[in-house]
Amino acid sequence: MRELIKMVVVLTVLAAFSGGLLAGLRNGTAAQIEKQQLEFVKGPAIKKILEGASNDPISDRFKISDGDMERSFFVGKFDGKANTVAFESFGKGFAGEIGLMVGVNLETDKIVDVGVTTHSETPGLGAMAKDDPDFGAQFKGFSIIEPIKVTNDGGQVNAISGATITSRAVCAAATDAGNMYQKLKPQIAEKIKEFNK
Amino acid sequence: MAKTITQEFTKGLWAEIAPFRLVLGLCPVLGVTTTMENGIGMGIATTFVLLCSNILVSALRNIIPPKVRIACFIIIIATFVIVVELVMQAYAYPLFLKLGLFIPLIVVNCIVLGRAEAFAYKKGLLFSIADGLGIGIGFTLSLAALGGIREVLGTGTFYGASVFGPSFQPFTFMIQAPGAFVCLGLMLCIMNLFE
Repeated sequence: MRELIKMVVVLTVLAAFSGGLLAGLRNGTAAQIEKQQLEFVKGPAIKKILEGASNDPISDRFKISDGDMERSFFVGKFDGKANTVAFESFGKGFAGEIGLMVGVNLETDKIVDVGVTTHSETPGLGAMAKDDPDFGAQFKGFSIIEPIKVTNDGGQVNAISGATITSRAVCAAATDAGNMYQKLKPQIAEKIKEFNK
Repeated sequence: MAKTITQEFTKGLWAEIAPFRLVLGLCPVLGVTTTMENGIGMGIATTFVLLCSNILVSALRNIIPPKVRIACFIIIIATFVIVVELVMQAYAYPLFLKLGLFIPLIVVNCIVLGRAEAFAYKKGLLFSIADGLGIGIGFTLSLAALGGIREVLGTGTFYGASVFGPSFQPFTFMIQAPGAFVCLGLMLCIMNLFE
């Protein structure tokens, strides 16, 4: 009987101690892990879009809740003013969701640049949306408020040859980003004031 | 015959070098050694877990009841593995992405559990530290050597730097799974020749 009690006590104490330690460590590293994930998954696209910004867009970010979703916005400062935000939207591609980071100038409502973050498109065809800088560059200067379409659908974006579905998905993601932007603009303007102090 | 602390440490570097002499822990040895950097990263992670679990098991060896010792070892090992996983995620994210699943798999690495059961549970604290460090460093060196050879032949780079120049045609077989077996076998053979 004594042995049984000892076994239970030792195991319980050990497990409790381990649980406590890990919970503490998890809390301690959560912020750093989130930062690392942003830096390595979304970071390259954000850096490209907000190139030349005087701040670090990855640490200067804020969140706005949109329905049951929380969306992250990354702030870019140009000429000492925080006037550009980058945020992610999604479109349905040939093989799953395509994540598109869209940078918008708050004063002109125009797209600064876009960059694909995550996708599972065919290498060499659909994947060109991420790999070929010329495709993303076409979006520069478009108004975010109007729908964006490929030339086949009466728009202005030249689709990647052999990857019309992917190109449409990127356009849909950009259009969706526009809808989101219009809906959330008052909140974005409110939040961005903090970065202009 | 009692060994000295130094002997306990050095045995892990040659006489009982884990992947070659004991042929233990082969899953990560074959899985992650596609480059030298991965091998060293995995080796250091395993060494840390091995050292910490050896220390704790040895310190608690009079408290842990024999009937539940394996369960206690696993709790201790798993705790340190998650510590490694979180720390690596926070400070070495690219390495974490490459090693991926192999980090949680350190829990079931038979070297770690084997040292806890066969050594740390029976010996004193200092001896266990020496043993953990020795075996761990031996494991790291093995992974680095295997990773280095496979990287040089398979991709033509050494620790990320190009060796042969752009005209080199990589021997891709070496960075695939069968290449790992062949390379490990040849290294075992060479070690036996030296003996």
